[in-house]
Amino acid sequence: MRIQVIIGQLLRIGVFTSIGIAFLGGIIYLTRHGHEVVDYATFKGIPDYVKPSNIFTSVFELRGRAIIQVGIMLLIATPVVRLIFSAIGFAAEKDYRYAAITVLVLGIILFSMLTGKAG
Amino acid sequence: MTVLTFTLILLAGAYAAGLLGSLTGLGGGFVVIPLLTLALGVDIHYAIGASLVSAIATSSGSAAAYVKEGITNMRLGIFLEIATTIGAFTGAVLAAFIPAHFIAILFGTVLIFSAIISLKKKSNEVNLKKSYLADKLKLDGHYPEAGGFIAYRVINVAGGFCMMIVAGIISGILGIGSGALKVVAMDGVMRIPFKVSTTTSNFMIGVTAAASAVVYLQRGYIDPGICMPVVIGVVLGALSGSRILVRTASAAWLKYLFAGIILVLAIQMIYNGILGRV
Repeated sequence: MRIQVIIGQLLRIGVFTSIGIAFLGGIIYLTRHGHEVVDYATFKGIPDYVKPSNIFTSVFELRGRAIIQVGIMLLIATPVVRLIFSAIGFAAEKDYRYAAITVLVLGIILFSMLTGKAG
Repeated sequence: MTVLTFTLILLAGAYAAGLLGSLTGLGGGFVVIPLLTLALGVDIHYAIGASLVSAIATSSGSAAAYVKEGITNMRLGIFLEIATTIGAFTGAVLAAFIPAHFIAILFGTVLIFSAIISLKKKSNEVNLKKSYLADKLKLDGHYPEAGGFIAYRVINVAGGFCMMIVAGIISGILGIGSGALKVVAMDGVMRIPFKVSTTTSNFMIGVTAAASAVVYLQRGYIDPGICMPVVIGVVLGALSGSRILVRTASAAWLKYLFAGIILVLAIQMIYNGILGRV
């Protein structure tokens, strides 16, 4: 039961931290680009500065949108981290079948991450 | 429209979406996608990206409470996540090859279906029949109810598993939690009490969405400028919604109101999809 309480807390902390980061990035983004004209009418693919490989250099350049994107990545990571804790919890209860099932789900997400690039 | 106006409109709209979504249990994505595509003229790929991210936020935020109370069936949730993550990955990959207007029509159809499901009377019937697979996988459980625990058993595990693959694919293509489909799989097929199926489905949405979000992220569907106001608005709206739910015992009229709004949005999406205007 203890592990469930930890998981509950973890989910909440993850959501609010990531929203806080996104808010911070949002302020920077709006002060710099607030008066530009939006253009989302056509899908343009991924801009360079938020590409997973460039994102951290962009953050150090204090680019608002890169900071928002880090917040969003943390948000996406929250349920994944939850799975890792569940796996540990099952292993601690000596429920190895469910520890394995949880690792399998983690594996599917990892596979999705590694093969998900645009063709 | 300037970035500032766009952000403020989106923030207000997402707040309303999160509020209504949490009051009815349908999630905010159902309002966010039509708001972005129909009202603000945003490409549907950006819209499904923003909607998916907001689904992760609301699912994780509200699941925290239910996990603590012990209503969520964690084993069942994690077992079925095998099906939903495989589906979600497939759906996210498929989304790139599906024309925008078809996504809009599919979205409208799922929307109507979900509205109907949300209005159906929920029974908290408890099944006590044994099933070999459920027993083997330790899926049977119990949930707290005034005065003690109520035990229940799970049947038709294979059927429920297949339904969950479908729910995952829909979630990956449309960027929604597809909570309604998950509840159908658990309530209708696996005979799980409503209270458990709703909370377990909510618990699963975050992991399911993460499997397609990692694909969306690499393909540029998740745009920070759109996601920022959407996520903040939806989460704040959902928080307000849960406060209201605690105060008012019955929100039946709200359910009908929201179902009505959803029906109008669904028809709009299908209509514009057929005309190729999305």
